[in-house]
Amino acid sequence: MLSRRRLITSGLAAAAGTTGIAVAARLANRYGLIPPDGGGLFGVGETLTYAAQRIVTSGSLAREFTRGEISRVAPVNGDPPETEQYQRLRAGNFSEWRLTVDGLVARPSSFSLADLKRLPLRSQITHQACEEGWSFIAEWTGVPLSNVLNLVGVSRRARYVVFFPYDVSWDSLDMADAWHPQTLLAYGMNGQDLPAGHGAPLRVRVARQLGYKSVKYLSRIAAVESVKDIGQGLGSFAPEVGYSWYAGI
Amino acid sequence: MSAALRAPAHGPLEIRGHPRHSTLVRITHWLSAFSFLGLLVSGVAILLAHPRLYWGETGAVGAPSLIDLPLPFVLEGQSGWGRSLHFLLSWVLVGTGGLYVAAGVATRHFKRDLLPGTGNSDEPGIYSLLQRLAYLAIIFLVSPLIIWTGLAQSPAITSVVPALVGALGGQQSARTVHFCAAGLLVLFFVVHVTMVSRAGFGDRMWAMIAGGAGGRRT
Repeated sequence: MLSRRRLITSGLAAAAGTTGIAVAARLANRYGLIPPDGGGLFGVGETLTYAAQRIVTSGSLAREFTRGEISRVAPVNGDPPETEQYQRLRAGNFSEWRLTVDGLVARPSSFSLADLKRLPLRSQITHQACEEGWSFIAEWTGVPLSNVLNLVGVSRRARYVVFFPYDVSWDSLDMADAWHPQTLLAYGMNGQDLPAGHGAPLRVRVARQLGYKSVKYLSRIAAVESVKDIGQGLGSFAPEVGYSWYAGI
Repeated sequence: MSAALRAPAHGPLEIRGHPRHSTLVRITHWLSAFSFLGLLVSGVAILLAHPRLYWGETGAVGAPSLIDLPLPFVLEGQSGWGRSLHFLLSWVLVGTGGLYVAAGVATRHFKRDLLPGTGNSDEPGIYSLLQRLAYLAIIFLVSPLIIWTGLAQSPAITSVVPALVGALGGQQSARTVHFCAAGLLVLFFVVHVTMVSRAGFGDRMWAMIAGGAGGRRT
């Protein structure tokens, strides 16, 4: 039986809860804690996970391993793009390939593979897990994305860095992962040039997220303020086929 | 004195104002029950994308496995909604569980109803020793283990607390232990529902939905 006191207490609790959620949503939006695919029922879970992990992972580094722990088996998911353009670049050993970097940057630029290899490099041995469940450890060599962002002078207005590959799997990172020291534009794997199946000539490696965030076969990188106008506006190809934009899990 | 005014020895008057399950226990029970079933279904959808289990840091087709589950590989279309539902319900269940444990400590529910050696287990409405141990194990051992092994599979979380995965021997070990802990929860669920049915399904369900009357608890 509901007593008057209980009714008042419940009413106050409900009002406090509703106000609390509204305040939390405004704060989350101001601090960039709502992911581009944060709408709908599943979006509630996406937002809670993204916000919680952004708060606790600030500045944290993914685990790194020794050469002895590198996996003998490093499976490849999907084939290299079959487009005529990619096949032609691949046949020419990517000497004609260029990476375009534009969007909200002071100096829109284009880099050849040789240009990128002249920049200070970083090698790291990290664990990469596929959302399907399998995983491997490999050594990745490349330019930290932050170096390239500094070279082109990325604007303070930029909230995402978008990656356009030669296939359909475009994606984007927030600035926390874009500036992260372990986020590489990788051209080498296990001491050799990046194999075709692993994303030749250049892929991004995002150490603190699942494998599908590490876009292969890069063609263009753009800094943007909003991802609303790209694709379905959900931040990447993944949510368009039912997966999360943020994959720190 | 008329018969109607005499308090009966057994009957509803005895338990009025003292339901067999408190409101909080009933709400958290059903939230947990539905979250658990959703997590189970979505967990299977996720597992079917790669129904092989490994030990250590890594594992893949072509590398040695610990267990090849006799299930098909379902690569298209099922793990997307499975993952979204799994992570949403994880938040619901962790929130519900946290509320239940905090309230259970505050209201002395654990001490009064679940710790062995309190109350007489022959009295109606009192849990037997085996029931108490089963509930305590699920609440304080298996549930923390499944949360831990879930978090230990997150590359973002392990970047903050590497020991979460280090103590388990690797990310694939975490996945395998997560699967085994889920198996224990399913075993508990089956035994629990069987016991409820044997004790009188309608009566026990009503007790957990509306509070209900006396009798041995399940």
